[in-house]
Amino acid sequence: MTLAALFSTTLQLSHFSAAVICAFCASIVFGITQRNAGREMLHYGAYCFAYFVGGLFLAGWIMWLIHH
Amino acid sequence: MPKTETTVPEVQPKAAAEPTTPMAVLAPAMGWIIPGAGHFIQKKWGRGLLLMFAVGLMFVLGLAMGGKIYKANTGDLLDMLGFVGDAGAGGLYVFSRMMDLGATAIAFATADYGTKFIVIAGLLNVMSMVDAYHIAMGRKK
Repeated sequence: MTLAALFSTTLQLSHFSAAVICAFCASIVFGITQRNAGREMLHYGAYCFAYFVGGLFLAGWIMWLIHH
Repeated sequence: MPKTETTVPEVQPKAAAEPTTPMAVLAPAMGWIIPGAGHFIQKKWGRGLLLMFAVGLMFVLGLAMGGKIYKANTGDLLDMLGFVGDAGAGGLYVFSRMMDLGATAIAFATADYGTKFIVIAGLLNVMSMVDAYHIAMGRKK
């Protein structure tokens, strides 16, 4: 099976799950690059992830309020 | 009229320029070619592996979602910025171009998310390259 054939079937993710995966990966990189010690990295990564997901819910509710 | 004292501003001595070491050039370059490799060559195995996982996962999921790979262009400003973001993924970008992966047009919502995933993967890789440089220069442990 070629790589092009492997990617020919499209992965379907909801907006929410795509945003959570994006937040997870970005938080890993932020945690590693923005802090020096191992424990600080873990804390900062978790902090970023919580803010990303919190922002996601907040934005979702704001859009729902605008829509209604 | 009383004399007023004039204060001469203290001249701050310039910080000595840090000497560029071969590692400071090699680490970001390796990190660009293979995400996380800039940390691997400095024996930061765990960090390198996590960065490789995060950047690689974003890029592969972006392709799997039917994301578009931007080519070098002088057209729309957003397309140019998209190319800059994609190119940050370095080796992954070159490989996907060589293998002709990625969509040429964004046809549906998931493909739009995928396109953003690929751009973000490139930008996150730039952050990890900068981190590898800081470690090589001794600014970070």
